[in-house]
Amino acid sequence: MTFNTVRQDYRIIYQIIEPGSRVLDLGCGSGDLIYFLAKEKNAKVQGIELSEDAIYKCVEKGLSVFHSDIDSGLIEYPAQSFDYVILNQSMQEVKKVDFVISEALRIGKKVIVGFPNFAYWSARFRLFFKGKAPVTVSLPYRWYNTPNLHFLSISDFKDFCREKGISILDAYYLGKKGLARFWPNLLALDVVFVIAQPASPKI
Amino acid sequence: MMNEELKDKSIGIVETKFFTFAEPPKELLLDGGQKMGPITLAYETYGQLNRDKTNAILVCHALSGDAHAAGFHAGEKDPGWWDTMIGPGKAFDTTKYFVICSNVIGGCKGSTGPSSVNPKTEKAYGLDFPIITIGDMVDAQKYLVDHLGIDKLLCVVGGSMGGMQVLQWVASYPERVKCAIPIATALKHSPQQIAFDEVGRQAVMADPDWNHGNYYGQSQPEKGLAVARMIGHITYMSDQSMEEKFSRRLKEKNYSFKFTTDFEVEGYLRYRGDNFVKRFDANSYLYITKAMDYLDLSGDKLNPSGKKIETRFLVIAFRSDWLYPLYQSQDIVRQLKTGHADATYCEIKSTYGHDAFLLESDEETRLIKHFLDKTFLGYDVKRT
Repeated sequence: MTFNTVRQDYRIIYQIIEPGSRVLDLGCGSGDLIYFLAKEKNAKVQGIELSEDAIYKCVEKGLSVFHSDIDSGLIEYPAQSFDYVILNQSMQEVKKVDFVISEALRIGKKVIVGFPNFAYWSARFRLFFKGKAPVTVSLPYRWYNTPNLHFLSISDFKDFCREKGISILDAYYLGKKGLARFWPNLLALDVVFVIAQPASPKI
Repeated sequence: MMNEELKDKSIGIVETKFFTFAEPPKELLLDGGQKMGPITLAYETYGQLNRDKTNAILVCHALSGDAHAAGFHAGEKDPGWWDTMIGPGKAFDTTKYFVICSNVIGGCKGSTGPSSVNPKTEKAYGLDFPIITIGDMVDAQKYLVDHLGIDKLLCVVGGSMGGMQVLQWVASYPERVKCAIPIATALKHSPQQIAFDEVGRQAVMADPDWNHGNYYGQSQPEKGLAVARMIGHITYMSDQSMEEKFSRRLKEKNYSFKFTTDFEVEGYLRYRGDNFVKRFDANSYLYITKAMDYLDLSGDKLNPSGKKIETRFLVIAFRSDWLYPLYQSQDIVRQLKTGHADATYCEIKSTYGHDAFLLESDEETRLIKHFLDKTFLGYDVKRT
């Protein structure tokens, strides 16, 4: 495994994070992303992961990980413990999204959220013309075996941030080949947002 | 004589050594306020201490364990209690690391305990032996570590009561532990755990042969201690593992319609109980279970200084362990997160119950081997 062969969303997140950052990856899987961040960017990394097999793979890489679900794994962390909290391709699987995001924003200075776009053109096509639940490259599951509990589009998430007063610092729209330059809500398969608490503190 | 297959991967013949300290007037001050000395610790070591003395691992044993963790005693058929984990190429690789295991004070396997001779009376201590704590056990181990010239242990590891000692090491001597591996353990006993211990103690004390702890040279309270051990074994297994191991299988073809051992599970518990009394002292059972019940490292007591915890942690729990349930390991993890510790936590899927920490060596090895390598070699994350 080299950096050039890792997933596109990993490469984008890798480029966002500054060297030496403290990083918590929620749903870190086998730890490929945080492994590169630790190895190449000297980041102080920690993961939370639910799969026992993935935990073994992380430990084999020398990573520190907690075997836990994301919903219950964040409360103990002191505020602003991390420079970045990553919630990549795992937000749609947590039970209480708004709680997890507010916790992530509490313990991390910035939060990186990545998810598949439900409003991708072929998903719309499948639903509109065939009358069937979308199956796309980024949403490969059928309705009966999907781990996703929440289905959302890029526009939905932007609305969510507006309602909750969350600042969107950056957005990266991932198309089939490289970044999608136009109409992201139609042409992006996946999206990576960088969000933060609003600059003015809540009263 | 030895099991040939086991011998191949074993470190071979080992011997128990002894270290005596706290000679009067420099006695050890115990948590209970009493002074005690001299104290002898039985211990074994495996592998070689390197020149910088940076490769030492202290293995702490559970309630009924002893210093003989690995290899074979001359003429013995069975290896030490954690031979699956300690040896050349194993999780605690004796070609790289220097492994120490000592019998706890209060024990009956060579370390000073209630069955030892009290130098003041020239008789066995019995109940004159002071109540000891997990903290006292660790203080005694520290004397041994000092004696071996080790400034900082690479790792302290143990399961169950061994895990309690691991946590106590970090609480008492954080600067002397580079990494810690508490397995299937707790910061404190729950009322349920105390209750099981108390039933065991009452079983011993209800045996007329116990005689207020004054039975040395006479018949031991075998019945009481055997019952205590039977209760213990039930709590070490899971409903599923008992179903798999015994189901409702009978020893004979039909019910006996007598109070004999009809079921295999009954025979197993009796066998375990009867075997235990041959190798364990009843008073040690009382003292050690009491020490476990007294431990309480909850709240900020695991990290009394309140500073960042510098010791790296690998916390391991087992899903079917109902004696030390997952929430107790999660409590440890919670304290570590609060203390900004570099920690890893894994819940191993196993049906063995609390016994899993002695049985699931493949999974434990997978975790521990890499965790130790990383701690020992520094933060050079290995390429896969």
